[in-house]
Parts: sequence; C-alpha cells; structure tokens
Amino acid sequence: MVARAAREIAPGMVVNLGIGLPTQVVNHLASDFPVCLHTENGLTGIGPAKGYDTADRNLIDAGGAYVSTVPGSAFFDSATSFAIVRSGRLDLTMLGAFEVSATGDLANWKIPGKFSPGAGGGIELAQKARRVVVLTSHMDRAGNPKLKQACALPLTARGCVERIFTDMAVIDVTPRGFALIETAEGISTAEVVRATGAPLILPDAAVPTF
Amino acid sequence: MRLPDKTCTMEEAIFGIRDGDTVMIGGFGVPGTPMTLIRALVDHGARDLTLIKNDANEPGMGIDHLLQSGQVARLITTHLGLNSHAIGLMNSGAIQVEFNAQGILAERIRAGGAGLGAVLSDIGIGTELAAGKQVVEMNGSPYLVEPALRADVALIHADRADLFGNLAYVGTAQNFNPLMAMAARRVIVEAEAVLPLGGIAANDVHTPGVFVDHVVELETLSKEYAVVQR
Repeated sequence: MVARAAREIAPGMVVNLGIGLPTQVVNHLASDFPVCLHTENGLTGIGPAKGYDTADRNLIDAGGAYVSTVPGSAFFDSATSFAIVRSGRLDLTMLGAFEVSATGDLANWKIPGKFSPGAGGGIELAQKARRVVVLTSHMDRAGNPKLKQACALPLTARGCVERIFTDMAVIDVTPRGFALIETAEGISTAEVVRATGAPLILPDAAVPTF
Repeated sequence: MRLPDKTCTMEEAIFGIRDGDTVMIGGFGVPGTPMTLIRALVDHGARDLTLIKNDANEPGMGIDHLLQSGQVARLITTHLGLNSHAIGLMNSGAIQVEFNAQGILAERIRAGGAGLGAVLSDIGIGTELAAGKQVVEMNGSPYLVEPALRADVALIHADRADLFGNLAYVGTAQNFNPLMAMAARRVIVEAEAVLPLGGIAANDVHTPGVFVDHVVELETLSKEYAVVQR
C-alpha cells in the first residue's frame, strides 16, 4: 500500500509526507526521481533518513526523525514554511487518519478523552495542500471501519480528502461518495465493501489490483 | 562608530524574568531549543509563567524541566505528542493548554514582532479550533481573527551571534527562533559561538541584532543538544 501510494507522486511535485505511515513513502521513490519534499519544521529538499551514528543533531523532520539534505535543499523559519503550505505551493500531502467521511472530511488529530496532543501543522496541510490523500489501515484496531458516512471525531478539515490508500483498497472521494478504484492483491471487492462504513461505488469493469 | 556589545553572563541575562511573565521559547524538537537558558530559568525560579513554544520537547528534556518544576501555568503550543508528561499535566488541569495550528502560531508571533494587532486566516474554519474566535468578512470570504502574540521575554538559540546580537541559525534549528526574536520586550540569546563584530557577514544575518538584548555564549553543549536515540 505504501508502494502504491508512492505512485501518486508525479515528477516535479512539491510534497509533504505526514508523520507515521506516509513518511515511509519516501523509501519507494527512486533516488533520481524529481520531487521536492517539504517538512513543516523548515526544510525543502529532504534527503534520505539518517541513523543515529551519522545524524546531524540540527536536521530533523516534523516527526523528529533524523533526515538529510540533497543538492538544492533550503532551510527557512516556521512562518515561511507555512506560507508554502497556505499559499498553494504544496502540490500534494499524504496524511494519516482516524476517520474519513464520504464527503472527504478528515479527522486525524483528536479522540476526546483519549488522545489530544494537538494538531501541529496538520490542519493547514489538510486544508491547503492542492491535493490531500490519506494513508491508513482500512479499519481501526477494534475492527471498526475508518471510512464512514460522517466523522464522529473532531474534524481536522472539511471536504479535503480526495483519495485514500489502505491495506485493502484505493478509494476516491467523489461527489457521489466513496468509489472503489483498486483492491489489494488477494482482497475481494466484497471484503472491501464489508469493511467500509459507507456505500461504495463499484466500477463497471473488473477492479484492478495493486 | 561601533555597534554596542550585548554579551553578558547567563545569570545577568535571566535576572529580570518575573513571576507571571510570558516567555517565548524557540525550537522545534531539539533543534533550536535553548536548553541552557531553560535550565537557567529553572534555577532562577520564576513561577506562574505562560510559555509560548511549538512543542513541549520530550520527558526530561527542554521545557519539560519547567513543567516538572511547576513553574508553568499556561502553555500556548501546537503539539505535545512526544511529551506524555505534558499531556498528563494538561489532562489533570495542572497546566492550561491552548493549541494553535502551527503556521498560525508562527504568524501570530510574526504579527506581534511586526507591530501588528492580529492576522486574518481561514485555517480551522468549520472545526472546533474556530470556537470562540471573532469572524470578519474580507473580500467576500470569512476569516478568523488571530490576535498577535507578544511576550515579556524570548529565549532564543542561535548557532552564531556577534557581539551586537546579529544571529545566524543552522539546519532545522531556525523554526520559531527568528520570529520569537522579534516579538518580545526582552530577547535573550544563547549562541554556540559568539563572534566579533563582522564575524557574521551582513548578507548572512538571519536575525538583525537590533531585535536582541542579551547574548550569552555557550561554553559547552550539554547532552540535551545531542542526537536523541529513542
């Protein structure tokens, strides 16, 4: 699923990979692939991750992982970093999710009473990136669907998600609701339908696998 | 003419901080967090502080020392995810926490530093982050009024400073430091190296020294500045 999500990145894009699963997408990009990776804490041109032995103590990504630069990287302050986000320079962001609604609402920052560490830069990424896609497990740990008709949790942003990559499927948010685009190898359409908490529009032809 | 020398000792720099002050502290994770100034503020003992900082570092690091010592009444921040201790204090009501969207916190500080009253933003409209905020219409669209933030004191970490307080940062240690260095009544800088006047080429200055009040050179870097092996 991470490898499939990596194919979402087109040459020339400016991309922000959210904390968690999305960060792993970078491992599926060829070293000469033309892309500019952005991180909220003030870097464009993120290079490969660094081990503790070779890490630069002043060079982390927004998740606190040690990263490197590439030829052409730039450092800047937090205001400039979010000017990039809010002014539409970010072509794509990949975010994690607790819930996604059939209208593309995203909830990924707060579970009242259980988890409320603050949204960091997630609200601006979700609201302002030109394209927002989500990488998430299809169901939560209790086996409940994360894709729902409406989100129950506090929203990060409304109507922002365009595509969802899960361990079971690729699903688009369309004006008519969730639409199945692809299924993971070995997963049937019926299984995806059962694991999704809202109606799923199925393609007329056979569903491609990834 | 000669630009004034603003170097002083750690004790002189921290001396004027008072109970109830609002203190901006630079840093995003370890990079740019003024670990030594924070330790000095713990030793100084000012209480009932309002801290403005992007994150709460990690347990036993950075501003967690101020949380542990009970000197913090209120924290204006964006994310506490790496500090379970801070989350515990928030959940128990021991500290009051105000969450901001990260770039909006940056802009509120920038506005404070630029002598402005507020910024207008549509970030968070339609979510609970908009609750209680004034809404104005501008060019036909609704915007939230995000009041500017200023502080009594800012604690800044720079890679290099000159005697006048011109500053240069490295890597991702820039983050909130240049913004906070403009937005406080008194700006205190710890620098890994303090250079003579002219030691930072005019073209390479990130924060002009005119914003800076006190410069303290770090003799050594404590292990809190080192790579964190989680």
